[in-house]
Formats: sequence, C-alpha cells, structure tokens
Amino acid sequence: MSLSDLTFFFVVALTIGSALYVVTSQKLVYSAMALFFTLLGIAGLFVFLMADFIAGTQIVIYVGGILVLIVFGIMLTNRISDVRLSHTSMQRGVGGVVVLLIFAGLYKMISSAPWYLESASAPESSVKGIGKLLMIEYLLPFEVASVLLLAALVGAAMLSRKSKS
Amino acid sequence: MVDYFLNLFADVSWLAAMPAGAQFLLAALLAGLPLFLFVAVNAIIAVYAERKVSAFMQDRLGPMGQGVGLHAGKWGLLQTVADALKLILKQDIIPALADRKLFILAPFIIFIAPFVAIAAMPFNQHILVADFNIGVFFLLAVGSVGVIGIILAGYSSNNKWSLYGAMRSAAQIISYEIPAALSILTVIMLTGSLQMQEIIKAQSGTIWGILPNWFIFNNPFTLLAFFLFFIAGVAETNRTPFDLPEAESELVAGFHTEYSGMRWAFFFLSEYANVFIVSGITAIVFLGGWQSPIPGYMDGPFWGLVWFFSKVVFLILVMMWFRWTFPRLRTDQLMRMCWKFFLPASLVNILGVGLWDLLVN
Repeated sequence: MSLSDLTFFFVVALTIGSALYVVTSQKLVYSAMALFFTLLGIAGLFVFLMADFIAGTQIVIYVGGILVLIVFGIMLTNRISDVRLSHTSMQRGVGGVVVLLIFAGLYKMISSAPWYLESASAPESSVKGIGKLLMIEYLLPFEVASVLLLAALVGAAMLSRKSKS
Repeated sequence: MVDYFLNLFADVSWLAAMPAGAQFLLAALLAGLPLFLFVAVNAIIAVYAERKVSAFMQDRLGPMGQGVGLHAGKWGLLQTVADALKLILKQDIIPALADRKLFILAPFIIFIAPFVAIAAMPFNQHILVADFNIGVFFLLAVGSVGVIGIILAGYSSNNKWSLYGAMRSAAQIISYEIPAALSILTVIMLTGSLQMQEIIKAQSGTIWGILPNWFIFNNPFTLLAFFLFFIAGVAETNRTPFDLPEAESELVAGFHTEYSGMRWAFFFLSEYANVFIVSGITAIVFLGGWQSPIPGYMDGPFWGLVWFFSKVVFLILVMMWFRWTFPRLRTDQLMRMCWKFFLPASLVNILGVGLWDLLVN
C-alpha cells in the first residue's frame, strides 16, 4: 500500500467517523465540532480528485461560513438565553434500513456505471477551466444563482432592520 | 521544499533504502519543523519589539535589565525568553464548569490555521514549503479556519466575557474577510494566477524607468486595494484599533479570559503568527515579495530573503504603530466601516482594475 493510499484511507476514516459522530452525539456543539472535521475530510477528498480550487472553496464556504453560522446560532440560543439544547437519534432501526438501501443502490450504480477514465495527471490550473466554463458555457445559471443570493441578502437585511413604528 | 528533500534523499544510500512513506514523512518533517520554530521565535521577537516600540512611543524605557548580573539581559533582551519559560512552567487551569474537551481543542485549532498558512509563503526565490496552484486562495481559506477555534474557546470557557469576545471576533473576522479577499482579487485579475511565485514574478521590472513594478504602484485602484487589504488584515488579527474581541476595559481579555499557562501561550503565538501572515501576504501581493526595490540590483536568493523580511518587518512596525496610537473603535463603527465603506470601495476597485486593464494596458 503506497503512501497516497494510506492518506486516502485516513481522510476517508476521518470523514466517515466524524460524520457518524455528528448524527449520534447528544450534544449539539459536539455535533457541530465533528462537522468541522467532516468538512475538512471532504475538502481532502477533493484534493484527491485533483480539484484543489474546489477544496479551497469547500473550506471557505462550509467551514468559514456555514459552520461558523451554525455555531453562532447554538451560542446565541444555548449560552445566552439558557435554552437547553440536545438532540437524540430516533427510530434508529428504520433509519438504518433506509441508509442500507441507499448505500446498496449507490453501490450498484457506481459499480455498474461505465466510468470515463482519464490518465491521472493533474491539470495545469483548474481555476482557469472553471472560470472559462462559468463565464461562457454556464453563464445563465451562474447569473441566476447570483441574483438569488442577492435577493437572499436583501431579504436578510430587510428582516434584521429595526421597524420604524 | 518537500520535493527538494526527497531528491536529496535519493542520493544518500541508507535513506534511499527506506520505504517511500517514511522518506516522505521525514522530508515533510524536515520542511515543517523549522516552520514551527519560526512561529515560536517570531512571537518572542515580536513581543519584545512590541514592548519596546510601545515604550518608546509613550516615552518610557520598556523592559530593561536591572541591578547586578543578567536579570533580563542587556536592554531587557531576555525578558520575553523569561516570559516564555514562565508560561511553559505555569500551572494549567481548566475551569470546573468549562466544556473540557472543547476547551482543550480550541487553542490547537487557532494555532494550526496560521501555522499551515506559513507553509504557503515564499520567503525568497527558493524557500517555500509548498507551492500550491491556488496559493493566495489557500491562504484565505486557511485563515477562515481559525475563527472556529476562537468561537470554541469563547463557548467552552463558560464565561460571559469569553462568549461576547468570541461573538464579536467571529462577526469581525467574517465581515473583514470579504473586503480583504476582494482587494486581493484586483491583483489576481492583473496576473491571471493564484500561485504566489507567479504573482511575485509578475512584479519584476520598472514603471516609467524609476519605480519598481510592484502592484501598489501599478495603478490607482491597486494602490487603494493595498490600503483596503492591509487595514482589513489588521482587523482580522484582532489588534487595536480593532481589538473589540479582547477589549480589556469591557471584557477582561475576551475569548481567552479563562486560559492560562501554555494554552494561553498558543493564543499569543497564533496572534503574532497572524500578524506575520497578514504582513507577509501584503508584502507578497502588493510590495513585490522578494523583488528588490531597485530592479536589477541585489537580486539573488540571499537578497530576496533580506528584501522579503525587511518589507514584512516594516509592515509589522506599521501595525504596532497603529496599535499604540489609535483609540479602539466601537462595534457599530467597526461594522459601518466594513459594510458601508470597505465593501463598496473594494467592489468599485474590481470594476476599476478591469477597466484599467482593458483601456490602459
């Protein structure tokens, strides 16, 4: 087993292990903290797919943005206004069956799909390719997404504004 | 650097006989260990410099050796070394009602972020631990990991001051990340690369035959971007005038109120490492990194190291000058400055650089 295999299995174990902890932990803060390692692990998987830019984006958006907001929300409700926060996993049996079914379906699909295999060499820079695709081929979805985000931003500013009554 | 060591190992017979994994780990260790020492030494020197600079600004002497013998060395040179030793020996106190696991984890997360970031910084033409394709973007991405540690520290301490400090810090860092990233974008638009060495190489030569072709002098918009990035960077390091998260007069020490001894030292190490990183990125992106200020003269790798460090030290001194001369901002002023001035200015900047690139170049 080569070093990159070892690293790969370490990253996979980190991702799956911490993801398991996210759903089984009773304390919400611990779940959020485990999510931190899950997201880092996913960024690591992107590195293995030679998508370095996506890995960076994953960290900026999910760790630096979304996870911070989640922890922020927990802090505001839990420690400041003394709401007891705990979550338990309910109906583990049914959930387990559903998960197994999804896993079997995915496994069947992945093992039977004809994958397009390219000789493994890292592209010169993935950023340029992504930029060109976003600006030429997928310009419309890109612009629509940005308008959607702008609308969300204006909506959030509207909601948080003091009413003038 | 890792590749360099691997190549070196191939020539040594007993090293080449080791399994590839062990070789890689050894090479990574050889490249990474000096970084750790660098972070520690950087903090010791910076703390001493800060105490002396602040003392001179306030017409004091600062740390001095007193009495007979070497109390704190000549001019108090050993003062921070003694402080560091004291911190290592101090009792480690964890509050009874603190969340033990998170309390222990938090300083490590805060420390890892700047430590990993330094790995992507080119010190001169050759000294660079890891040359990433997405260099600058990597630095920004890693910078956002530290916020999690700060929030955790505040949360797990079970202390109102810590909690308020952590929340202020998170809000501040997330807000100022946006103008900082957008200001760097102006330079990336001109170079067309995220790689650190490419950005520095794009700044060789002169403008009008006199000025070095650094991005700060390139056009009016990058000049503005330099100031925007540097000020936003100071805000991200939580230093005065942006030190609301640890405002002594209101919050005792903010998010690290409950920490002591070595764990507290980690906060300090990472603060000074962050100061170095912000100054380093500014020097690399806007001030030409290891490029000589007189293009064509004193250009070798040794001079590259000298130029890079003199630029960084200059910027660190500017940050100390900020700290000891400006009063602290209020939270609302801080947020207004970011969202109503910095953000629009950096957006206009991007438009401006695009137009400049089209029309002038």
